[in-house]
Amino acid sequence: MSTITTALLDLKYLEILAAGDTTIHRLNPLAKVLVTLLFILCVISCNRYELTALLPFFLFPIAMIARANLPPLFILKKIILFLPFILLVGIFNPVFDRIPLVQFGSLTVSGGWISFLSIIIRSILTVGGAFVLIGTTGFTPTCQALRRMGMPQVFTTQLLFLYRYIFVLAEEAGRTSLARELRSCGTKGQGIESYRSLIGALLLRTWGRAERIHDAMLARGFNGEFHRVQSNGFGRMEIIYCFGWSALFIFFRLTNIPLVLGNFITGFFA
Amino acid sequence: MHMADALISPAVGAVMWTASAGTIAYCSKKVREEMDDKIVPLMGVLGAFIFAAQMISFTIPATGSSGHLGGGLLLTILLGPYAAFLVTASVLTVQALFFADGGLLALGCNIFNLGFFPAFIAYPLIYKKIAGAEYSQTRIAFASIITAVAGLQMGAFGVVLETVASDISSLPFSTFIILMQPIHLVIGIVEGLATASVIAFVYKARPEILSTSLHRIPVACSLRRIMLAFLAATIVTGGIVSWFASEQPDGLEWTIEKITGKKDLEAAKDGMHGTLALLQGRFAFLPDYSFKKADLKPATSITHADTEKPKSEGNRLGTSASGITGGLLTLVIAGMIGFGLRKRGATT
Repeated sequence: MSTITTALLDLKYLEILAAGDTTIHRLNPLAKVLVTLLFILCVISCNRYELTALLPFFLFPIAMIARANLPPLFILKKIILFLPFILLVGIFNPVFDRIPLVQFGSLTVSGGWISFLSIIIRSILTVGGAFVLIGTTGFTPTCQALRRMGMPQVFTTQLLFLYRYIFVLAEEAGRTSLARELRSCGTKGQGIESYRSLIGALLLRTWGRAERIHDAMLARGFNGEFHRVQSNGFGRMEIIYCFGWSALFIFFRLTNIPLVLGNFITGFFA
Repeated sequence: MHMADALISPAVGAVMWTASAGTIAYCSKKVREEMDDKIVPLMGVLGAFIFAAQMISFTIPATGSSGHLGGGLLLTILLGPYAAFLVTASVLTVQALFFADGGLLALGCNIFNLGFFPAFIAYPLIYKKIAGAEYSQTRIAFASIITAVAGLQMGAFGVVLETVASDISSLPFSTFIILMQPIHLVIGIVEGLATASVIAFVYKARPEILSTSLHRIPVACSLRRIMLAFLAATIVTGGIVSWFASEQPDGLEWTIEKITGKKDLEAAKDGMHGTLALLQGRFAFLPDYSFKKADLKPATSITHADTEKPKSEGNRLGTSASGITGGLLTLVIAGMIGFGLRKRGATT
């Protein structure tokens, strides 16, 4: 029960965030999707032992969170929730990759630890980038941007439909699941027998609902496509946004800024 | 199991995106042309159903753990492969965008692993063959379990291949396979049981739902065609991946060649000291951790590196120190920019 309710709350909260009204929110969704994709591509194309060169990329999520008034702690929490899986796979790197790579005095750090850290930084950046996109754009405009990028119309309709009914069905499933939990003291009664009829009944109700929705859609003259509200055009702001960030990402990717900066400073004291 | 952005390389991500996007386009075409528009709301609502059902679990007797529905197989049995693939893809997209399950670039991998294998391979080649034309409850149950296991084994194998091809994780192929396949055998059996029991329920209550799905467009596929398609995919993938994969080491090789003027480091045995020193001098501008390259050839380089130790250690320390200093500074600057932007945003 709790997982369904939490998931729903998260969905709704992200949707509330996306309804904000800042310069970033007002940008054309297509611009934001393009910039986010390039961001992720630049981050993951870095060498597996890369650490320092990844750090400048934090500028993007940080700037977006700040400018779009997103709650940093909420995003951070969502990223941390995802980390265990990454840790599970990444933790094998120090085990299998023991070639010494960096030396601090007597302490030798193996390549495995470096790449492990690199994986963590990568996941924080990529997950953060995706949340920033959804938190400033919302699901429906993102889908429409993807449609403009060539996503088939059937699939766009499917995504919009799915998203609309997640709220309805997840609430229903949450209530049903809660009822089962309350009736089964502890876990007794949560076996496959009650699961079968719970999920089965939910499925049949879903099926019936789909038939009613179809009738209602026909009555309203549905012809296979959702009509969308005309979004703001691709103007000067969008072009500046796209080119500005793209140039910055490519610059970050080609130059290791922290290393240059560090060399400058340590060289200054040397 | 979902692939994550942090574990894949751009080449693998791009190849899998192309494969999944192509399949989505093909399925969309099939659904639009050959199915009545009644399927549109059905697909949408069933996607939401799978989304919710994945979060309801049942306890597995005597183990203390719990299992839940995966959804791919159930959708394929109810809707047929084409529509089911689209629904699975849409559920994964929502999960990637809102719950960071996987990631945007890994989405291609995830759609392929969890959508393609059950719908286009396991279902037509196993489920259809076992369940046959005349339905019976035992047949459905048996077919569901075998198909779910097979589908998940293929998906897990896909995860292993994609991870190993990306070369971000250091897990060797054999170890990863030994970890993944047995776990997914268990998950597959549980998923098969859950699917079979739900299908059995639907079969009792509304058998016509299952029988209409039987008459939906069949997948025009034979084992031979699938093998041919896989062969083609392997050649294309192999070509693209090896092109990308060879690009990075070649870049390093090229640098070494540039610096030493020689083809490779082995040839420069006598000039090893000079090469190492040059490499490390060069390293300050090259973030690619070139000394990894030197370490990779232990037979020649370690002995030489030992004699060179004081100098190179000093250099490494210097590089690490400046790396850390610069890194911290970069983060502080990024944070300050964010803080400044927020303040400006608040005042305007």
